[in-house]
Amino acid sequence: MKITHEEVKHIAKLAKLSLSEEEVEKYAKDLGGIAEFVEKLNEVDVTGVNPTAHAVDKYNVFRADELKDSYNREAILKNAPSKEAGCISVPKVVE
Amino acid sequence: MYEKLTIHELRDKIKNKEVTIKEVVDDVFKRIEALEPKVEAFVTLNKEYAYKRAEELQAKLDNGDNIGILGGIPVAIKDNMCMKDTLTTCSSKMLSNFVSPYSGTVVTKLEEAGAIIVGKTNMDEFAMGSSTATSAHKKTTNPWDTERVPGGSSGGSAACVAADMAIASLGSDTGGSIRQPASYCSVVGLKPTYGLVSRFGLIAFASSLDQIGPFTKDVRDSAIMLNAIAGHDSKDTTSVEIEVPDYEKALDGSVKGLKIGIPTEFIKDGLNPEVKKAFDEAIEKLKELGAEVKEISLDYAKYALPVYYIIAPAEASSNLARYDGIKYGYRTANFDNLEDIYANSRTEGFGDEVKRRIMLGTYVLSSGYYDAYYKRAGQVRTLIKEDFDKAFADVDVIALPTAPNTTFKFGEKSNNPVEMYLEDIFTVPVNIAGLPGISVPCGFDSKNLPIGLQFIGKVFDEQTLLKVSYAYEQNTEHHKARPNI
Repeated sequence: MKITHEEVKHIAKLAKLSLSEEEVEKYAKDLGGIAEFVEKLNEVDVTGVNPTAHAVDKYNVFRADELKDSYNREAILKNAPSKEAGCISVPKVVE
Repeated sequence: MYEKLTIHELRDKIKNKEVTIKEVVDDVFKRIEALEPKVEAFVTLNKEYAYKRAEELQAKLDNGDNIGILGGIPVAIKDNMCMKDTLTTCSSKMLSNFVSPYSGTVVTKLEEAGAIIVGKTNMDEFAMGSSTATSAHKKTTNPWDTERVPGGSSGGSAACVAADMAIASLGSDTGGSIRQPASYCSVVGLKPTYGLVSRFGLIAFASSLDQIGPFTKDVRDSAIMLNAIAGHDSKDTTSVEIEVPDYEKALDGSVKGLKIGIPTEFIKDGLNPEVKKAFDEAIEKLKELGAEVKEISLDYAKYALPVYYIIAPAEASSNLARYDGIKYGYRTANFDNLEDIYANSRTEGFGDEVKRRIMLGTYVLSSGYYDAYYKRAGQVRTLIKEDFDKAFADVDVIALPTAPNTTFKFGEKSNNPVEMYLEDIFTVPVNIAGLPGISVPCGFDSKNLPIGLQFIGKVFDEQTLLKVSYAYEQNTEHHKARPNI
């Protein structure tokens, strides 16, 4: 199956990745190859079959609404690439 | 020499004070220091922590206290498992500076059982691969032949146990990432039933498939490790509330009357003749031991791989959306606005295979394609599950090779992603159906490269899986062979 350069660029935009022209070419080829490989599934008659999302039948797991200690703020913020006044900081979003 | 022993050998020696825990830790680090330049299994070593733990545990033992079922045993964990105040990189540039503020449940359970976590092992980036070669850090080699890959994605965890650089280790298995490297490195690798082991603190790849399990030198050790990590955890909503048995008790050495199914039709294509020969010999051995061998059909199993290459990337593209350069992980130096931070951090932080899978997952979930890909994959997944249910009405376990081939050379399969994916053809159906699977050593090819035998069990029937593996292992010599490195 063929995946066009336009499609690859559109997918990259959705996935928030920037690709060079060579990468667009490469991914078009790779994704096309994989898409062709998974097309094998079209031979299967799936009429009336319910899809499985999960191997275990478990739905809506709830826990009691109890107050518990959370993580230490400073420990969590240690991994933030940039922070200010106990918060994570980012570039200005509103002009 | 203590690094060469198993958990069950060491636990008695430690308990009987034939050896101190420090001496065991010394031997393991000596071995790591000697072999790491060749094997490159570790991303991070916890030497200081290990010696501190050894001292604490020894003091407890000397005081007459119980130090746990893994008391004083040096183990390693894959670098996608969070350990408090320790680097957890997933072998990605994206998390190269991430120091986890908490420990995952398996880490806590290992520590409670008295294990000493000596280090974090190398892996394919975000567990995406079958060779460990997509790691951003280093190239882990196969201790049986350092020109070849250890398998993946838990390659570091398999290689370090095979080379006696840890007594046992943990890996994670999404499509074969424990069993395939176990097969390539001649160790025992167990993927438990989906829901048996908590994944809280395991960095997510494909959430409906991921499961944590042990690498060990023999089957008894596998049962001991499973005893330490299995069980319900309220922090993981997919964790199942079941009574966890003592798995070691299942090892009675007998397969008499046990029904073993062989999916002859499914495994006949693309199977390397030397692997087939070793597999056929293993089946003969099981018959000799009194097992009843039956042919079974798994008509939909051949679709498991295409199903996997829709479901796994779809879930991955969603799970990996969290890496945006904001809260933690890599942030680009090159940006003018918020949108640039997202795109440039992701573009610079992720490697090629990870980007390929994110792209593929985004594509199959994108508007207009959902029904054709993701929904259909879920429907075929149902049929694959039903196939196994039918087979297990007649047999107790299913046997098949772990991988169609033995380990390959670096770079040999990297040009064509689909060719690399085919190495997982026999392991992926197990994850799709959420079943337990194990790989045990069953011989070597003419190049002296290891071959693995895989057993698949019924849901939550790890006992039968371990029982049959143990009986096979104890009546063969393959698990005793060590690499000459």
